[in-house]
Amino acid sequence: MSSKMLFYILKRVLLAILTIWIVITVTFFVMHSVPGGPFVGEKAISKEAQAALEAKYGLDKPLWEQYTTYLEDIVTRFDFGPSLKQRGRMVIDIIMDGMKTSAKLGIIAACYAAVLGITLGAVAALRRNTLLDKTIMVITTAFVSMPSFIMGSFLLIIFSTKLGWLPANGASQGGLILPIITLGLYPMAYITRLTRSSMLDVLGQDYIRTARAKGVSGGKIIFGHALKNSLIPVITYFGPMLAFIVTGSMVVEQIFAVPGIGRQFVSSITNRDYTMIMGTTIFLASLIVIMNLVSDLLYKAVDPRIEFD
Amino acid sequence: MLNKNKPFSLHLDPEMFRPATAEEKEYISKMRPSSTFFKDGVKRLLKNKVATFSLIVIIVITLASIILPYFWPYSYDEMLGVRPRRPVDASYNDLAPFTYGKTELKKIEAGEKIFPHIFGTDAHGRDYFIRVVYGTRISLAVGFFASIIVLIIGMTIGSIAGYLGGKVDLVIMRIVDIIYSLPDMLVIILLSVVLGRVLNVEGTILEKIGSNIISMFIVFGLLYWVSMARMIRGQILSLREQEYVLSAQATGAGGKWIIRKHLLPNCISVVIISTALQIPNAIFTESFLSFLGLGVNAPMPSLGSLASDALNGIHSYTYRLVIPAVVICLIVLSLNLFGDGLRDAFDPKLNA
Repeated sequence: MSSKMLFYILKRVLLAILTIWIVITVTFFVMHSVPGGPFVGEKAISKEAQAALEAKYGLDKPLWEQYTTYLEDIVTRFDFGPSLKQRGRMVIDIIMDGMKTSAKLGIIAACYAAVLGITLGAVAALRRNTLLDKTIMVITTAFVSMPSFIMGSFLLIIFSTKLGWLPANGASQGGLILPIITLGLYPMAYITRLTRSSMLDVLGQDYIRTARAKGVSGGKIIFGHALKNSLIPVITYFGPMLAFIVTGSMVVEQIFAVPGIGRQFVSSITNRDYTMIMGTTIFLASLIVIMNLVSDLLYKAVDPRIEFD
Repeated sequence: MLNKNKPFSLHLDPEMFRPATAEEKEYISKMRPSSTFFKDGVKRLLKNKVATFSLIVIIVITLASIILPYFWPYSYDEMLGVRPRRPVDASYNDLAPFTYGKTELKKIEAGEKIFPHIFGTDAHGRDYFIRVVYGTRISLAVGFFASIIVLIIGMTIGSIAGYLGGKVDLVIMRIVDIIYSLPDMLVIILLSVVLGRVLNVEGTILEKIGSNIISMFIVFGLLYWVSMARMIRGQILSLREQEYVLSAQATGAGGKWIIRKHLLPNCISVVIISTALQIPNAIFTESFLSFLGLGVNAPMPSLGSLASDALNGIHSYTYRLVIPAVVICLIVLSLNLFGDGLRDAFDPKLNA
């Protein structure tokens, strides 16, 4: 590993840490700028009870001290404090609970999106301008121009209400199939288009012609030369894909009633559960930032032509 | 021309010096009007059938959403069953397409003509067709203005960073890097939750737009300018090395003048294209926020809020979801295809 590369990695890691810190800070101060604070609203409570509540959650201290405590708790113990609406539960426990389901959902969706997307994209590029290519392109274009909550509802109507093949409730047996399909459709379509255009680009390169002229077999050209090189731009999409899956899972889990983190997040927004909103935002944002970092480093690692700057 | 009678004579034939007639002149001159960059691009764009068709679809939808509400007999927030000093007439709620409420049926029996409810009514007895039309208008306006905000901020900052270079560029690009690596959707949700409550727009002109849309514009202005700024900076960096910039500097032109008169017009095609592609993005974001309940303020409809409202009665009133969904897809799809066409027509180099 060259020193240039080490420097680059160091720079990116520092940027990621800085970003996470900014997210924590922005989240904290933005949330505390809500007028009245988290305990004002639904019920009128006595002054003493209000003071007791504030003392319990440390809200009577100066804002700066609250901030440092909050930051310290997160860094040292991953502690986001107690949930305001789900009495007696810590935010981090709720997040971890939800992540069990959501991680399964997200990982499977990402895998099938990547495998199907790359395959379809490669097929479309190799059969360029045929009926097959055009069909694939029309379908994927339709998928990327539809918001995921609409896609999810259509799948729900067709496969669950009308045909009755799959359960509509995400908590039941086999209930994760429809949410997984919904979640993966957009990334799959996007990867298909990405692979197709980058594959077409690679297929026009001189080294492919050279390989053909040497008499390398068709399969070896496709898998050894073309596909390998055209996957490089696809790697850069992995970070944004995770970001999409995180936001998409909020919608999908809501529609299919999947007990995951996205649903918890949406209900915490409607309930105004401030500590929960803060904790989930910071947790998911850190996840996305870290995944972006990984996919960026991976991208530089696989392609020796890219320079570090 | 040779003198045929005396082939070796050096005398010139006076015929050759006769002035040309108008017809001859016409025949020889094949001058066409000079074509500008813009005309060339439009020509290429019109040749692209898909892009032209998408443009027509966009124009038709836009015009319909602007004009139709003016002479439609119902308005988007009028609850048809509600009459002053009368109990609410529930027969107007959840009407199927082309059916009528009780009092309307009486009027029809009496020979009056009643304008049909093409898509029926919603759960509050509001004419659904006009709500869809109005929602389209809102969604398009949100997409359009959000892109304009992004365009202005991104263009200003990007061109300053690119032209000045040095420390200014370094600082701006670090800020861009950080904003770029923020997970945008999460920040948008966070800011919408808070801004919706913090912003107090009552009593101002902004009241009609609603705090949620304003907070969305703020969020767009804060976050989405970065990719535009990055792109414009890249363009300007390469353009400012051109000779015409040097000559402008030599003749004493200031930085502001050079950016406005020389640099920006030369990267205008990139700007137009990415603005066109920004609109569907904004429409998507708005519909996502509507789904979370952070979109437009009721009773104002947007395509996203109509679709997410329809999720409650999805089993009995499926068409109420299908209609806004189809409109969203149509708008986003044709904007995307039109944007692709624009890119092919105005920037052949970018066409990857």
